[in-house]
Amino acid sequence: MKVMVLVKANEASEAGEMPSEEMLTQMGAYNEELVNAGIMLAGDGLHPSVKGARVNFHADGGTTVTDGPFAETKELLAGYWVWQVKDMDEAIEWARRMPNPEAEGAESSVEIRPVFTEEDFGDALTPDLKAQEDELRRRVEEQQQ
Amino acid sequence: MTEPAISRSIEAVWRIESTRLIAGLARFTGGDLDQAEDLAQDALLAAMEHWPETGVPANPGAWLISTAKNRAIDRHRRGRNLDDKYQQIGRETETRTDSVEAEVEARESDVVGDDVLSLIFTTCHPLLSREARVALTLRLLGGLTTEEIDRAFLAPKATIAQRITRAKRTLAEAKVPFEVPSEEDLERRLASVLEVIYLIFNEGYSAASGDDWMRPEMCEEAMRLGRTLATLLPDEPEVHGLVALMEIQASRMQTRVNSRGEPVLLLDQDRGRWDHLLINRGLAALERSESLGVPYGPYTLQAAIAACHARAVTASDTDWKRIVALYDALAEAQPSPVVELNRAVAVSMAYGPEEGLKLVDRLLGVTELSGYHFLPGVRGDLLQKLGRYDEAKLEFERAADLAGNRVEREVMLARAGECST
Repeated sequence: MKVMVLVKANEASEAGEMPSEEMLTQMGAYNEELVNAGIMLAGDGLHPSVKGARVNFHADGGTTVTDGPFAETKELLAGYWVWQVKDMDEAIEWARRMPNPEAEGAESSVEIRPVFTEEDFGDALTPDLKAQEDELRRRVEEQQQ
Repeated sequence: MTEPAISRSIEAVWRIESTRLIAGLARFTGGDLDQAEDLAQDALLAAMEHWPETGVPANPGAWLISTAKNRAIDRHRRGRNLDDKYQQIGRETETRTDSVEAEVEARESDVVGDDVLSLIFTTCHPLLSREARVALTLRLLGGLTTEEIDRAFLAPKATIAQRITRAKRTLAEAKVPFEVPSEEDLERRLASVLEVIYLIFNEGYSAASGDDWMRPEMCEEAMRLGRTLATLLPDEPEVHGLVALMEIQASRMQTRVNSRGEPVLLLDQDRGRWDHLLINRGLAALERSESLGVPYGPYTLQAAIAACHARAVTASDTDWKRIVALYDALAEAQPSPVVELNRAVAVSMAYGPEEGLKLVDRLLGVTELSGYHFLPGVRGDLLQKLGRYDEAKLEFERAADLAGNRVEREVMLARAGECST
């Protein structure tokens, strides 16, 4: 199964502070372990929310845009991984091994969420939706060429 | 943590640590896999006994290996187990440093990597039959229980257990050294390792027997092994080639079967639902392999063919001429009637069904293909495209007779039905 591991933001990450060299080294070693174990499919760090934006949808069909930063630090994300693991227990065990930013006084938590698979959708993906997706994909590819 | 929660996390620790644990212990027992596994199981039992009270230790891997080694010493001291094997290990251990844990911590990570690599080469030793290699590799490197392995192979538990025991005995009797093969032997030994990994993958991807068409856990297990191997042998192009092949094939896992459980052919699949994360990983691995130089090996060539499909936005965009050229190279690198059959399909797509049929007809007398349902399946398809429905129907019926599982049989019968109307 695939899981997404969401690394929550904290005050330091939102302030754009880089982790200490020691933390970076530990994080590098941890990432290497994930790669060596063959479970890491992808992962990235995110800029603080000050560089982000939100698009809000309204009942009347309109949209508004809010620029960052956003206030609710603990609900923001600072990074993510995508792992391929056997089950949630394995994902939890790997997550426990992450270098702990708390040691440097930065509050931290990660959230693990299983990625939807085809079976979870059942028949919700109708032929019409499929055709629509195909068309969209073709157009995106054309633009890239 | 509650009881069930802790036992689940012990299981997860086992899955993560067992390979390194068994590899480290196998180095310690001089390559005796049976002893190594025994000691590892002992450490696991100890964990199940202690961790519910103490919680999972901060470094569970180090805890397990030092416990395993201490158990070996205990057995020796108490003299309860008078088997020479434990005496010998005990003696060796006692002459080592007192703190096994310190020793473990001090071990460089590349030494651990070497142990794991030695373990892979040992469980995939060409001395063993394919079945034995696959079972032993899954057992010692996959962190799977015997139950899980036998569920995967639909074989009775006793059969798999016996196969594993016999394999370990064969290795011990032949005194197979626990090591990474030397330069001159590496190519042959690596071929055996790659074969095992790809067999495991295929066991999941296209289940040869039984009613399920795919067992994704087996594919994931093989991909994991392949990716690990790629980090341990980064300069071997075929390792990256195999990883690329598996990643790209796995990217289609969710679209190969429709909601009724019937297979969907590559060209009819919904490409928007292919797993693009896996495709990108596969293309990157292919690039790594190709950057290591020519001539390309069979896995790299197969990955390159798979990549042609992955890159085509729609089925009609497929570069069939390039695929034919890649099959030409593959037929040279690894001549086989199955490759010829696939090449014939590519030729029919690039140059028309008539051309493809000529090549297929040349394969009709080949003994290796006599029980292979794809041959009549492909021939039926080409005949149908040429409007020769009566002949096509017979071929589809023959393919249905030869198909190894229910789903494939039904698909062939349905195709035969199309030809009668």
